[in-house]
Amino acid sequence: MNDSIIHIENLQRNFNVGSEVVRALKGVSFNVNEGEFLTIMGASGSGKTTLLNILGCLDKPTDGSYLLDNTPVSSLTKNELARLRNTKIGFVFQSFNLLARTTALENTELPLLYNSTISAKERKKRAIAALEAVGLADRMDHTPNQLSGGQQQRVAIARALVNHPVMILADEATGNLDTKTSYEIMNLFQNLNKQGTTIVFVTHEQDIASLSKRTITLRDGIIISDKKIEDQKSAAWFLENLPVNDENI
Amino acid sequence: MAMARNKTRTFLTMLGIIIGVASVIVMLAIGQGSKKSIQSQLSSMGTNMIFVRPYSDMRDGVRMDASSMQILKMKDVNAIKNECPHVSAVSPQVSSGGQVVFGSKNWPTSMQGVSDEYLSIRKFSVKDGRIFNEKEITTSAKVCLIGQTIVENLFPNGDSPIGKIIRFNKIPFRVIGVLDEKGENSFGQDQDDIIIAPYTTVQKRIMAITWFQSIFVSAIDENSSSLAQDEMVQALRKSHNLKDSDEDDFELRSQSELINTFSSVTDMLTILLAAIASISLLVGGIGIMNIMFVSVTERTREIGLRMAIGGREIDIMSQFLIESVMISVAGGLLGVMFGFLVSFVVSTLVGWPILITSISIILSFLVCVLTGVFFGWYPARKASYLDPIEALRYE
Repeated sequence: MNDSIIHIENLQRNFNVGSEVVRALKGVSFNVNEGEFLTIMGASGSGKTTLLNILGCLDKPTDGSYLLDNTPVSSLTKNELARLRNTKIGFVFQSFNLLARTTALENTELPLLYNSTISAKERKKRAIAALEAVGLADRMDHTPNQLSGGQQQRVAIARALVNHPVMILADEATGNLDTKTSYEIMNLFQNLNKQGTTIVFVTHEQDIASLSKRTITLRDGIIISDKKIEDQKSAAWFLENLPVNDENI
Repeated sequence: MAMARNKTRTFLTMLGIIIGVASVIVMLAIGQGSKKSIQSQLSSMGTNMIFVRPYSDMRDGVRMDASSMQILKMKDVNAIKNECPHVSAVSPQVSSGGQVVFGSKNWPTSMQGVSDEYLSIRKFSVKDGRIFNEKEITTSAKVCLIGQTIVENLFPNGDSPIGKIIRFNKIPFRVIGVLDEKGENSFGQDQDDIIIAPYTTVQKRIMAITWFQSIFVSAIDENSSSLAQDEMVQALRKSHNLKDSDEDDFELRSQSELINTFSSVTDMLTILLAAIASISLLVGGIGIMNIMFVSVTERTREIGLRMAIGGREIDIMSQFLIESVMISVAGGLLGVMFGFLVSFVVSTLVGWPILITSISIILSFLVCVLTGVFFGWYPARKASYLDPIEALRYE
């Protein structure tokens, strides 16, 4: 046992495609400690998505061990995995995945609906707090089609925060957003990270990676580099120094 | 809930169930109503009534007409009275057709010669006046009771007929009573077109015969009707001195057979109507299944998301199952109301007898909830079996 949030050792994942076996992950090992801001990079086909699915407890490794907050994931049943996802992980997706025609508040409350230990009152209190944390306190009763892309992603982040997860797992969370909004979202992630939230961010954009504290790069199912970023850039700085005419594009 | 967000679609889906449940209720109401109305018409004729009449017999190879058989006599009436413990009332009957005249009015009718027990057997009651007594029977008194149709035709200006002398086939009769209105029987015969007189009077003074055309008998109650019939067969065979090898020279007819026949016919009708109506309920159920499939496919990403943030298979399944059951329950409730309304409209506009039983409501409602579960099950299971990774990537 150790105090790392993620402890992965020799993680392998094979897919059977017809008679062939595709080895998407060929033995990946790393640790993520509390308070880290990790980006996972790689071209398509590098095993990035497979790794993300396993980290998110949506898929199980063929071989190797994965400890999430000291819980061995490989031995869990489907229902236990669902519970783990519910209590320990906050997901943020590229396409937001908010429920249409449902208010921001209700969208944020959603994960807590699957946690029977939380009362309706507590649920609402925590959802409001999460929305305030992402700066959307005044948009609680708005439905997704009344919100901009950046605001929608903020609701999604609030939804990821609401169950107090041990880490936030973001999958190309800025992929559908313009440059300015991307920096706003990254600024939010950086602020959350400063407050102690562990973030694992999957991306293929180099400048997004430069905003994190550590980058793991995958190629063909193995880690080709794992380096700390010494000079972490500030998203707030980028926002201030955006070309003025960019806003009109 | 997704149902509330898609009102038109939810309502149209519900409509199938509403129509299904409503038609089951209306059909059952019509079936049960007609059964009840036939039953009550038959019991107004006296359900425990048994009717004895001569059976056409062979005399030297010639089939005799039953009505010309002169075999039912007073001793048969007495035999039934004395030897049959399950019989509560007996009345001989002779009837003669003729013209009844009062003043300038006249009317063709028939006069029934019976005993005083006839009224209780046929469920007649006296509205005004009285029934004839034992003395008037023995003395063949020329007294009679008349039905409402006779009253209307002979006394159209509302005079009381009691004490008036009317002439039947030129013989004067004093009216001593008026019968309550009874209406038509189930075969459309006017039961109020009747004059009742002592059987002795009709036998001697009108027809000049010594036998009876038939004997009316009442069993103690409906259930002892067949027992009473067995006793009567024994008593009549003995009274007629029939050998074991002889066939009966009389026959018994009872109302309970008639009622059973009508009941089974209307039961069959009810089942048939309900079966046709259930088909629409079935179609409504398939509508639910169809729309739930569409809903599952449409919301694949939502399902993926719900799974990713911690929804278990059972959570996803129950979400969709609850949705389909709610559609069917809401549809069922509206259907019950709609069914009531349509039944009411049918009974007032068309004038059909309607009977809505709690059984038919509970039954159709239960069936519709089960429909929701049954047809919601498969789409819900399909939703819960989705792979969250695939579902999240679904476009």
